[in-house]
Amino acid sequence: MTSRRYAVLPAGRPAEFPPDARARIERILSRYPTKQAALLPVLWVAQETWGWISREAAEEVARILELSPAHVSGVLTFYTMYNLEPVGRHLLQFCTSISCHLAGAGGLLEHCRRRLGIDLGQTTADGRFTMVEVECIAGCDRAPSMMIDDAYHEPMDPSKLDALLESLP
Amino acid sequence: MKSEPVLLARVGRERSQAIDTYLADGGYETLRKVLTGGWTPEAVTEEVKKSGLRGRGGAGFPTGVKWGFVPKDTKGKPVYLLCNADESEPGTFKDRLLMEEDPHQMLEGQILSAFALRCHTSYVYIRGEFFHGARVLQRAIDEAYEKGFLGENILGSGFSHDVTVHRGAGAYICGEETGLIESLEGKRGQPRVKPPFPAVVGVFGAPTIVNNVETLCCVTHVLKRGADWFAKIGRNEKNSGPKLYCLSGHVNRPGVYEAPMGLQMKELLFGDDYGRGMKDGRKVKAVIPGGASAAMLTAGEIEDCPLDFDGLAAKKSMLGSAAIIVMNEDTCIVDAATNLAKFFSHESCGQCTPCREGTPWLHRVLSRIEAGEGRAEDVELLEKISNQMGNGITLCVFADAAIAPVLSSIGKFRDEYRYHVENKRCLVGPRAAVEAVTA
Repeated sequence: MTSRRYAVLPAGRPAEFPPDARARIERILSRYPTKQAALLPVLWVAQETWGWISREAAEEVARILELSPAHVSGVLTFYTMYNLEPVGRHLLQFCTSISCHLAGAGGLLEHCRRRLGIDLGQTTADGRFTMVEVECIAGCDRAPSMMIDDAYHEPMDPSKLDALLESLP
Repeated sequence: MKSEPVLLARVGRERSQAIDTYLADGGYETLRKVLTGGWTPEAVTEEVKKSGLRGRGGAGFPTGVKWGFVPKDTKGKPVYLLCNADESEPGTFKDRLLMEEDPHQMLEGQILSAFALRCHTSYVYIRGEFFHGARVLQRAIDEAYEKGFLGENILGSGFSHDVTVHRGAGAYICGEETGLIESLEGKRGQPRVKPPFPAVVGVFGAPTIVNNVETLCCVTHVLKRGADWFAKIGRNEKNSGPKLYCLSGHVNRPGVYEAPMGLQMKELLFGDDYGRGMKDGRKVKAVIPGGASAAMLTAGEIEDCPLDFDGLAAKKSMLGSAAIIVMNEDTCIVDAATNLAKFFSHESCGQCTPCREGTPWLHRVLSRIEAGEGRAEDVELLEKISNQMGNGITLCVFADAAIAPVLSSIGKFRDEYRYHVENKRCLVGPRAAVEAVTA
């Protein structure tokens, strides 16, 4: 697994997508009859570019898609997967829905909390890990299931998690 | 004896995702037969109706009948087909497997369905967490374009079709079909007032059909082997075809299992070909038969319990997404209900007051009972809140789903709730699962 590298977004200045992201946005737009329909995919491009979606990035998306910043903000805050602030190099996503809960997800979460010394929604001081709780991620037969960044790790247990946390950059 | 798998026939085989292995197994031959063999869209719809195929997403509505709701005259508007790949019902993991392992099976069904609907543009709305699934699917779509199964004038038939993968971003409610439509339009995924139903006014103001991943996979096989073949599989003609069951919880062998519709619950839990019994020899306490939204069943109720739409409706629960979640005798039912309530509280879209206010309220009351701070009137309070949320007073079925685990668990395990309130602790002892892991 590689750690994520993002473009640095200068604070207080308008966001500007790099050329490859612009090209992706053009391709996305060609698949929909309205510009608004491209909103979720274009927000994904923004997140993949900068690692999170700043106010400036959201405003740039609004400008490109000819939407009001308020509409973009409303959508952005409705969905849980868009990061509204910077996250660590690795996003630890713990499923705690029923099947994982029955398999001890609560204990796993507690173990990680103690090990990293952070709470849900927080990032370690070295910027490596952010911990979040997620609802059912369709890994119920290999519970407790979790995702680290884009990948599933299941079934998970405390010692496997320790080894992973050790090995991730 | 276990029957030959249909939907999972290719799953687990080497390079099952690749188009060359799919073609070697006779893949896209059905598409060729239908598009170039003189079939009309009406004949395809008729065949699907005759098969008795009912939607595999949760509601179990007859697929061919749904297709028939698209108006004959669309007044110049296009027809859209949306594949619902937002699989988010707790306990459900079959569509993830179908897409990650055999994407062309679904894609062929999607193109066949589009032909029946005279639809030239379809989208696969896939939940945001399925990064891998979306990549597998996109590769399959690219391959299908290369081989001429997608795009302009498919196989020289004059029929054209485009498919686009559209990723969600984390919202359970987008699995509700009008929530999905709103989300696809670039909005918050809040369900619409119905009518009009999507078949008349759906995405972009045009007639729209939303079908689940497994449903589209079934369409491929209905047209490959015929409606009569499909209709004969299963318990009866109203509950027909092969079905995927998602088994999880306290069993020895959780997983996705395929069986003819109407498999007995006991067979799924204990059969050698399926769950192989309860872990550590514990007893069954309760089973959720159709995902978090389905009413719980007791150990007694799973005797003679065919897992199909009508079999579970007869037990006042539902097949839903066929997510069977098994809880053993050490499970605290209040703890399980609290966990389910947390889910619904988190996922309510916030549009209708009874649901927006009711779901966190249920969670708060359940949490305090679970924490040993329950009040004497709390069990009745839970029932009262639930009864003020359900029975169709909200725009979609989410509120009814949210109260199903609460009302069914109270109804069937009232003594355990009462014990919890009176003794300030669980009837079945400490939260064993949590402690086992932290030990």
